[in-house]
Amino acid sequence: MSHDNHGGTKKIWIVFWLLLALTSIEVALGIYKPFSYEILKWTFIILTLVKAYYIVAYFMHVKHERSNFAWTLALPTFILIPYLLFILLTEASDLIV
Amino acid sequence: MGAKATTQSVWSGGTRPYDASYGKMMMWFFLLTDALTFSGFLGAYGFARFKYAEIWPNAENVFTHFPGVEGHQPLLYVALMTFILIMSSVTMVLAVHHGKNMEHKKVAIWMGLTVIGGIIFLGSQAWEWMHFIHGTVEGALHLANGSIAHIVAPGTDVLGQVFDYEVLKLGAEKFITDPSAIATLKEGAEHVYGANMVINEYGLPQFANFFFFITGFHGFHVFTGVLLNTIIFINVLFGTYERRGHYEMVEKVGLYWHFVDLVWVFVFTFFYLV
Repeated sequence: MSHDNHGGTKKIWIVFWLLLALTSIEVALGIYKPFSYEILKWTFIILTLVKAYYIVAYFMHVKHERSNFAWTLALPTFILIPYLLFILLTEASDLIV
Repeated sequence: MGAKATTQSVWSGGTRPYDASYGKMMMWFFLLTDALTFSGFLGAYGFARFKYAEIWPNAENVFTHFPGVEGHQPLLYVALMTFILIMSSVTMVLAVHHGKNMEHKKVAIWMGLTVIGGIIFLGSQAWEWMHFIHGTVEGALHLANGSIAHIVAPGTDVLGQVFDYEVLKLGAEKFITDPSAIATLKEGAEHVYGANMVINEYGLPQFANFFFFITGFHGFHVFTGVLLNTIIFINVLFGTYERRGHYEMVEKVGLYWHFVDLVWVFVFTFFYLV
C-alpha cells in the first residue's frame, strides 16, 4: 500500500493507556460524584470527545490521511450532528408539553 | 506547469485526489452515515432523559451487578465492558499495523484476539440484558395510574424516620408514609419484576425501550463486526492477502471495528454516566 507505516507500535500503546486513563477518570467521577451534576455532565462530555478524537485520529488513522479527505469526513460530522442535537434537545422541548 | 494543467491532470482520471482506495472511502462514508444514525438515537434519548429528568431512572441504580461480587456495584461492569472493547480495538490496530509490514503471522494472532474480544463483549452484553430483564428480587409496584412505586422494607431509615410498616417510594426522592395513602395507591397495583418493552420496574418504560434499542443496535453492530472479523481472520489464515500483496481488507474491517468502539464510548457516556 502507498501509505507509510507511521511510527512503531509504541504510539498505539500510548493511545491505549490514554483511553484507559480517561475511562478510569470517568468511572471514578461517576461513582464518587465529587462535583455538581452540571459540572460532571460537561466533564463527561468533554472527556468523551477527547477519547473520540484519539480513536478517530490514531486508531482510524485519519491524522495520516490527506487533509482534504479528513475534512470531507469532519465537516458533515461537525455541521450535521450539532444541528441534529440542537433540533432535538433545544427546539423540540417546546413542542411537546 | 500552470494551475490549469494541474487541474486537468487531477480531474482527467488516473489519480486519487484523496489518496485512498475506493473501498476504504466507501467504508468511511458508510461510517459517516452510521454516525448520524447513532447521533439521532442518542439525541432522542437525551430529549426523553431531560424531558423526564425528575422521574428518569438513574442508570447506576439499575445496572448494579458485577459477576461474583455481592452488593451494589454501580458502573463497574460497564467499565469492564468498555475496557474489553478498547482492548479489542488495540488488537485490531496492531493487526492493521503488522499487515502494512506484511507480517502474516502477527496479523493472524492480533486478528484472532480481536475476534475473541468481540465475542467476550457480546457475552457481557447478554449478561447485562439478562439482569435487566429479570430485575431485582424485590421488584416494584406498577400502580393503577401507570407509575412505578418501590417498596421500602419496614425498619429502613427513610429521610431520618423509621417506620414499622412498608412505605412506598415514588421516583428518586418522594416517599409516601401515610398508611391510608399507601393503601389507596396499592389498590389495583400489580407487582412487577424486571424490564421489558411495556413495563420497567426501575421506572419509566421509555428508559427500557431506549436501552434495548440503542444497546441492541450497537450490539448488532458488534455482532456484524465479529462476523466480518472472523471472515477476514480465516482469509488471513489461508494466506489470501499474502497472495494479493496487501492487507487492505484488514484495514477496512479495522475501520468498522474502531467505529463500533467509538459508538460505545458515546453510549457509555450518555447512557451510563450523564
